[in-house]
Amino acid sequence: MVPNRPVGIVGYGAYVPRYRLPASEVARVWAGGRDEVPVREKSVPGLDEDVVTMSIEAARHAVARANIDPRLIRAVWVGSESHPYAVKPTSTIVAEALGAVPHTQAADWEFACKAGTEALQAAIGLVGSGMARYALSIGMDTAQGRPGDALEYTAAAGGAALLVGPAEESLATLNASYSYVTDTPDFWRRAEESYPSHGDRFTGEPAYFRHISAAGQHLMDALGAKAGDYRWAVFHQPNIKFPQRVAKMLGFSAEQIAPGLLVGDIGNVYAGSCIIGLTGILDVAQPGERILMVSYGSGAGSDAFDLTVTDRIEDSRDRAPLTQDYIRRRTQIDYATYTRYRHKLKT
Amino acid sequence: MSYGMDTSNSRPLDVSIIGIGQTQVAEHWSVSLRHLALKAIQAALADAGVKKVGALYVGNMTAGTLSHQQHLGAMLADFAGLRGVEAVTIEAAEASGGAAVRQAVLAVQSGVVDLAMAVGVEKVTDMVGSSATMAQTNSMDADYESVHGITAAALGALLMRRYMHEHGVGLADFAGFSVNAHANAEGNPFAMYRRAISVDTYLQAPLVADPVNLFDSAPAGDGAAAVIVCRTERARDMVPHPVRVAASALATDAPAVHDRRDPLYLAAANLAAGRAYMAAGIGPDQLNLLELHDSFTVMVALQLEAAGFAPRGGGWILAGNGDIARQGRIPISTHGGLKARGDAGGATGVYQLVEVVQQLRGTAGRCQVPDPHWGMALNLGGAGGTAVAHVLERLV
Amino acid sequence: MELTRHWRLHNQRYSLVGEQCDRCGARLFPPRDVCPECAEPAQELFTFSGRGQVYSYSTVYSAPEGYQEYAPYSVALVQLEEGPMVTAQLTDLGDDKPEIGMPVEMVTRRLRADGDQGVIVYGYKFRKHVKDII
Repeated sequence: MVPNRPVGIVGYGAYVPRYRLPASEVARVWAGGRDEVPVREKSVPGLDEDVVTMSIEAARHAVARANIDPRLIRAVWVGSESHPYAVKPTSTIVAEALGAVPHTQAADWEFACKAGTEALQAAIGLVGSGMARYALSIGMDTAQGRPGDALEYTAAAGGAALLVGPAEESLATLNASYSYVTDTPDFWRRAEESYPSHGDRFTGEPAYFRHISAAGQHLMDALGAKAGDYRWAVFHQPNIKFPQRVAKMLGFSAEQIAPGLLVGDIGNVYAGSCIIGLTGILDVAQPGERILMVSYGSGAGSDAFDLTVTDRIEDSRDRAPLTQDYIRRRTQIDYATYTRYRHKLKT
Repeated sequence: MSYGMDTSNSRPLDVSIIGIGQTQVAEHWSVSLRHLALKAIQAALADAGVKKVGALYVGNMTAGTLSHQQHLGAMLADFAGLRGVEAVTIEAAEASGGAAVRQAVLAVQSGVVDLAMAVGVEKVTDMVGSSATMAQTNSMDADYESVHGITAAALGALLMRRYMHEHGVGLADFAGFSVNAHANAEGNPFAMYRRAISVDTYLQAPLVADPVNLFDSAPAGDGAAAVIVCRTERARDMVPHPVRVAASALATDAPAVHDRRDPLYLAAANLAAGRAYMAAGIGPDQLNLLELHDSFTVMVALQLEAAGFAPRGGGWILAGNGDIARQGRIPISTHGGLKARGDAGGATGVYQLVEVVQQLRGTAGRCQVPDPHWGMALNLGGAGGTAVAHVLERLV
Repeated sequence: MELTRHWRLHNQRYSLVGEQCDRCGARLFPPRDVCPECAEPAQELFTFSGRGQVYSYSTVYSAPEGYQEYAPYSVALVQLEEGPMVTAQLTDLGDDKPEIGMPVEMVTRRLRADGDQGVIVYGYKFRKHVKDII
């Protein structure tokens, strides 16, 4: 929960592709236009984008904000459920593009939507143990939604990279973390299948809400903290309602989660979901402010993190585009273009 | 000026063209590469009144990719009944034909070979669609140009857009090059498109790669052409109208446009033309016609500038001032050029020389330029990475 | 299946690693080992910033084999701020039209894939700066 050596985030970077599919487009095609939609719109990657290219861009921003020599990075870890290869690491390509090779560790992580924070937990361990000076954790997805399925409204593309290093170099210290895991089959994708399946309403109470609230509550209890001690909080965001409700369950206000609640504008970016929310917070946070982040991955589990922003945030922030810059860089597409961009047409 | 020539003291023998042959440029679906070449070879042998040659040089660009056939020297020599002869392929992308003719000329100039033939052959219809498009990018830098999905048309478009930007000209200013080529092709039975077009047709043509439209770019077709050369002193006894090779020159530039100091300057074309003028002892003003490599209209403007017919940025003016017409100051594309005779890839350079010979013999029919004495062929490989210039002179 | 031809160019494709001439200081991309300016050896590595501007551009509608899934796409000659010119695609254009002189930055994208089973080739493309778009 607390590393031997204090660690923190020395650099962060977000990435959101340019294209947006309004949820109303999905409703128009699949629900006669009448469905109540879970997000306003979702981000869609361009034809030449995938988890590799998106991870590279976010990681470059993280390294730029940290202003370090990439050859000092000892681990490049990419969490995703849409790696372009089934066998061959995304992470080696990202590491090569960053200039972190060859004296580094590289691996891909898989745990549904918390693959990114899983990599972050490991990075805290690697740096916190003194085995590495810097470790890069990335959560990035180009999520798959079966045409016509409820998830098609939200399954989006994007994510973030967090570079973990010594606390004294951090723009936000990682004070403590906690993980909470059970075998809960709420959402899955079998090997070789193109689209995931889910347990519908079973994804709510016994899955999302139980794990996030337990992880968040255990961490706060262990630290003797209350919701009011945090300036900001961010939770995994598969839609707008779930994080709003779990925030309320844990005692957080709408204002505390506002800068990190991006799902309405970009959709659910899966393994990148709560960490891109964190980048949205870091873009506006002031030194000294405390942040609670809790991820959720189906299958199921949550990782909770307690962070404190340092005064280094001011210098590093503008070395890369802000998350909101990417969100405002927006070109709307229709469902037909979406089916082409996401390779849903059999050719 | 030496134009970078490595001149030797030995005096080359004087060389003339005594035989020419060609096939129509077309989509010859039912004719194979070897049969195409055979037609041109047989026509050239018959034209020269000979049965054999001492060496055969084959100009070709894409057979290895599109027909899975290399080793064309031996293959075509054998197929044409010349088994045993020295034969080899010369490859310089679309300048392969011109380069093959130059090898034939060098072989005779050296005194080693008596009669040498160059045959240019291109067979582009063995594959269709995107594979054929891919083969046309073979002349580019595979690692730094074609890997980015760029096509020959897009490369032409990059040059055309920049040319328009730098010199403040519009699409209509290029129309004359295309209209002239199509008008001239009407009289050429070997041309792919024998129909004149109007300026409006040009302006309304569909885009291929903006700003390049269908009538800015030359249509690819199958074709073969051949020439036979021998010593001039012998030529006078062999045929009634030998045409003298007054100059043969080849120069190179960076094959990738991005590697050139100035992408809008065809350095290789300038060097090749300059060396040819020097060797022939003439200047551009004395030329009576010019067959140039009009793969794209912008390439016409750039070659006119590089070969001394217009100042930098002024080549486009010739499209509209009448200079390039059959009766003009410097007639170009007199048989239709690549634009309307058709772009037979690596055979192009040989077609150009066949056409210049027809003009100088006075047998160009409806394509005939009035009473020409000097003609030049300028053949480019890629976007000008190779340039071959030949100046021909009428002897009788 | 093409593997090694692309693999050996990782540094160029991913990071625009070129060379610098010891003698005249010319920066070279693509790397070529011999300086075209002064014909001296030029093998000192130099990594380009990836910033530049559009020298010219066009669109490919009829794409070569391996690129059809991306057509139509924009291609350009990009003048890097350190001097050299590169041929590359413009990406993330959305509904924007490219312009000559438009400032662009390098990003790493999929260039092509060898069918569904072969390797994916990644490399540089250029796009408008994120902040220039919003």
